Amino acid sequence: MIAFLRRRPGLLPLLLLAPAIAWLVAFYVYPAIQMLQASLWSGTLESGFAFSWANAATYPAALDRYSDQFLRSILYAAVSTVVCLVLAFPLAYTIAYRAGRFRTLLLFIVIAPFFTSFLLRVLAWKTVLGDDGFLLGPLKSIGLLPEEFRVLATPIAVIFGISYNFFPFMVLPIYVSLEKIDRRLVEAAKDLYAGPVRAFQRITLPLALPGVFAGSLLVFIPAMGDFVNAELLGSVQTRLIGNVIQSRFLVNNDYPTAAALSFMLMAGILAAVFMYARVLGTDELESGIG
Amino acid sequence: MLRWLGRNALRAYTGLALVYLLLPIFIVALFSFNDPVGKTNYTWVGFTLSHWANLFAIPGLLDSVVVSLRIAFISTLAATTLGTLAALALVRYQFRGRPATSLFIFLPLATPEIILGASLLTLFVAIGQPPFFPLNEFTILIAHITFNISYVIVTVRARLSGFDRRLEEASADLGADGWQTFWRVTFPLILPGIAAASLLAFSLSIDDFVITNFTAGRTTTFPMFVWGSARVGVPPQVNAIGTIFFVVAVSAVAIGSFLQRRRA
Repeated sequence: MIAFLRRRPGLLPLLLLAPAIAWLVAFYVYPAIQMLQASLWSGTLESGFAFSWANAATYPAALDRYSDQFLRSILYAAVSTVVCLVLAFPLAYTIAYRAGRFRTLLLFIVIAPFFTSFLLRVLAWKTVLGDDGFLLGPLKSIGLLPEEFRVLATPIAVIFGISYNFFPFMVLPIYVSLEKIDRRLVEAAKDLYAGPVRAFQRITLPLALPGVFAGSLLVFIPAMGDFVNAELLGSVQTRLIGNVIQSRFLVNNDYPTAAALSFMLMAGILAAVFMYARVLGTDELESGIG
Repeated sequence: MLRWLGRNALRAYTGLALVYLLLPIFIVALFSFNDPVGKTNYTWVGFTLSHWANLFAIPGLLDSVVVSLRIAFISTLAATTLGTLAALALVRYQFRGRPATSLFIFLPLATPEIILGASLLTLFVAIGQPPFFPLNEFTILIAHITFNISYVIVTVRARLSGFDRRLEEASADLGADGWQTFWRVTFPLILPGIAAASLLAFSLSIDDFVITNFTAGRTTTFPMFVWGSARVGVPPQVNAIGTIFFVVAVSAVAIGSFLQRRRA
């Protein structure tokens, strides 16, 4: 074996890659194809499912029936992405340029939420945002807010939860972009009589854009698939496409509709990722994860 | 004046952002010491240590933690092995189709968890219908290995990119064969990257809810236990376990970076 590889060194990388790629083909690609097929099934879990192209009518039917939830997911994901961007940029800027010896500590705090259970974090916000919780309780008792004011079970709570959960995915790529910038460019701009605002507009911001795009994608994608925040912090009026997919699959056993909805969601997202990767590559995206 | 204002506004903002990031972690820990009235644990009543003293008094909680730990260990081991081999291939060798392979490996990370879970569910349903493939710890394991492989590859590759090939050449010059060079030179150098990747894989597995939700059947992992009890009220013991997980993970990261700093 080793002697054979010595004669054919070109085979070694393929051999090293093969197990991982085979696994991903079997349990990532093949299930996706299976899901496409399931979207063209008819039947029930008890009687078994039958495949037919004629069942393609499931798609327009599902889209029509759940268009509200689809649009709501897009809206909430978009708003959450903007909220994350606005909140994350100053923080990433501080970590990159102003943190000094605290840089590692700050970066660690950014990812610290990932070391606590995801569900417990969402439930913790339920505690904080509760009708008489830490935040609203005192404001109500001094009369700043009316007694019936609430955040829980509103779109604001759901968007807040989504933004919180994916916030680190925005901070990290922007930080990586900012950190890469050659600060001499900013000094050069200042030598050429640009004020701090103008230097920021003309140098720092444009060079940070790859990080901004990567972060936006890394927040928008998981936000589109969310159902946990909508379920725990929202109400019936805030149901997202993720909630529909989850309940169609796991409660109603309506596999064809659920698979059709999942497939449309996946196709849309993959198209976005491909376009992004074609234009900008995957480096910045991976920095948010690795 | 403007600059002073800008600098201090940024500083104040950073402080607020840190509070925002850490507040839920603090709340989780705090409410493990709460003495709630009734089943829901959302308002502060009084301090008690009794939930920490009776950590596993809740039926099913200990079992769920054991299941989660077992799945995390096995999936980490499998994903780290497969992922490290693939990362080595991607960093060390130039071959045709390398950019396409990188993109392919990235795709599972860019797919929402709900889609990964749902497509695996349809796979298991389609394999044996009817009655369909039984969902249990085994199917959860397959799901966790799947999402962890990509995370491991990306992490190990990031740590490997600064790797100095001349160290291996030096080893070969000194008469070591390929195998010796790998175990004496390459492996010790990439070990911190592998350790970081397995730590990430372990914490992702133990905390995964969405994909597990689709592939678990009746098997209850710790996050599944939390989800199930969220409807009726999460017992403070669950907060205590979450706090333990947090402390253990942070300690592991701290020890890891301390060891790495001492070596460097």
